Amino acid sequence: MAALLEVRGLRAGFDTDAGYIEVLDGVSFELASGETLGLVGESGCGKSVSALSIMNLLPRPAGKITAGSIGFQNRDLVTLPKEELHDVRGNRISMIFQEPMTALNPVHRVGNQIIEAVKLHEPDLTTAIARRRALEMLERVGIPAPDQRLNEYPHQLSGGMRQRVMIAMALTMQPDLLIADEPTTALDVTIQAQILDLLREMQRESGMAILFITHDLGVIAELCDRVTVMYAGCVVEQASVTQLFSTPRHPYTQGLLRSIPRLDATPKQPLTTIPGTVPALIDMPKGCRFRNRCLNAEDDCELRSPDLIHAAGRQIACHHPVAEVLT
Amino acid sequence: MKESLLQVRGLKKYFPVRGGVFLRRIGNVQAVEDVSFSVERGKTLGLVGESGCGKSTVGQTILKLHNPTAGEIFYEGRDIAAMNRAELKAFRRDVQIIFQDPFESLNARHTVSRILEEPFVIHEMGTAAERRSWAGDLLNRVGLQADALDRFPHEFSGGQRQRIGIARAIALQPKLVVCDEAVSALDVSIQSQVINLLMDLQREMNLALIFIAHDLAVVKHVSDDIAVMYLGKIVEQADAQEIYAFPRHPYTKALLSAIPIPDPSRRGERIILSGDVPSPIDPPNGCRFHTRCPHAADQCRTVEPTEELVNEGHRVACHFWNELADHNAVG
Repeated sequence: MAALLEVRGLRAGFDTDAGYIEVLDGVSFELASGETLGLVGESGCGKSVSALSIMNLLPRPAGKITAGSIGFQNRDLVTLPKEELHDVRGNRISMIFQEPMTALNPVHRVGNQIIEAVKLHEPDLTTAIARRRALEMLERVGIPAPDQRLNEYPHQLSGGMRQRVMIAMALTMQPDLLIADEPTTALDVTIQAQILDLLREMQRESGMAILFITHDLGVIAELCDRVTVMYAGCVVEQASVTQLFSTPRHPYTQGLLRSIPRLDATPKQPLTTIPGTVPALIDMPKGCRFRNRCLNAEDDCELRSPDLIHAAGRQIACHHPVAEVLT
Repeated sequence: MKESLLQVRGLKKYFPVRGGVFLRRIGNVQAVEDVSFSVERGKTLGLVGESGCGKSTVGQTILKLHNPTAGEIFYEGRDIAAMNRAELKAFRRDVQIIFQDPFESLNARHTVSRILEEPFVIHEMGTAAERRSWAGDLLNRVGLQADALDRFPHEFSGGQRQRIGIARAIALQPKLVVCDEAVSALDVSIQSQVINLLMDLQREMNLALIFIAHDLAVVKHVSDDIAVMYLGKIVEQADAQEIYAFPRHPYTKALLSAIPIPDPSRRGERIILSGDVPSPIDPPNGCRFHTRCPHAADQCRTVEPTEELVNEGHRVACHFWNELADHNAVG
């Protein structure tokens, strides 16, 4: 499998008043052309920082990548000069965000924002052609009366419509990779279903790869081919979506899957929980970062942090993985 | 029939929309329109629906944080609008609320002990020393250490803060707690801890809960009965098992089928509703759901459906629920 995106040993963090805080502790994952990879984990596990690192959008000057590489189409995005990066961003990799209201500029008409994006990447286009392109895209993402919408401001659109506009804008350049950072988290469930359906359809048409970041395991199961599970800045498990949901091997993945209330479970029964909370970034335990909440933890978990190793078609970072039984 | 703990009849709540130079009332947000339900002692009513459907307004109106535009709310058989001061004070001791955002619902300038002792102070209970020891007991009850008393809310994680919010809500031994998206802001592994805590407390204290949430899997897990709201109206209510197994209203069916199931082998055909929820300032005529309903007919555009009885305890407001009964298969 030739990887389209190959993140290797990525370390990144932020300078704060309390000193440098490392958020990503050697993150590795890869994504093939046309594939959908889900990046899942709880708040603060580093999934968004991973995405921002790929786009080289970490807030400056506080945020920085300290080690690792991000291979994309035979280039390393970490060391890529600014001009070339400009070509990659937008043309080849696009990104959509959780809150389309803050991602869109509130004082510009929707149409002008899409036209601006189009012309930025193809400066030779006339405004009329760029406008037609914008119109076509709005139509494709299922916005009713796109003519009229072009002239409206973001606040005049509903949350779902705004996310459609963001998707239209992201896709005008026909990127090879779309990074979607919690794009449906702020939306209602019926609107979420619409947007997921739209993303699937767009992917079918264009063959782009999607890196889908979410905390919602239901959405992962619905949309993704493979899944990367993150915990406290590390990748703990990586597997195909069927493998991961049927036989999670990392105790964290298993705990996560067991703690979701399910529609088909017996109601009012106590849910399985993962004890404790995620450790603070400034106070990470030595060795495996999950060990203080882990039921399988033993002495060696404290001594050295587990490497991400390949095992039976998946990758897992654990000294004492769960036996492969159906859950 | 025994008396329900809480009974809501024909509840309406409109908020004025003001505009023009003199800020005249130019319209109404019809947040809640003719809602009726009841809550039994020790049971959980789940109130689900999408943003803007009026579920939080219902919760707040029950607590008398809003005055209803019309309709009646009976608590233990008494109309809360007609209560005198003493009755109202007792009512407010019995009925509590837990909010979604544990960051905003706790006063950042107060220590945990002050936050937890305040209910006792307001209701003039105990001496200072007793109140402090009660506050410590409350913390233990929700799974925190008593040494947390002298710390401030910002020193706690989101899940711990929500536990403090729960401790405050149960301080006065309430009979009914409104949980307004109480676990929505929490991560999955923390969410399950808090849900378990709420269910434990319910069992120990025989608490009734009104569980307002948009996550239908969570609501199903904790609820005995469920009411589904759409644009200010309850479109369907039934026993939790029944409504998930045999949803009758097209909206309920679509809502249930839209939930992503954490099982990749069950990626199935979804009922995908087109369009957005219309504005509650100008809701559609007839059935409020007709603009998005895959089965809408002429009658739905003009005549508002009334609640009909499917069977004991299962009510649905749809003209065609009976004809649509064959479409029960949900993904």
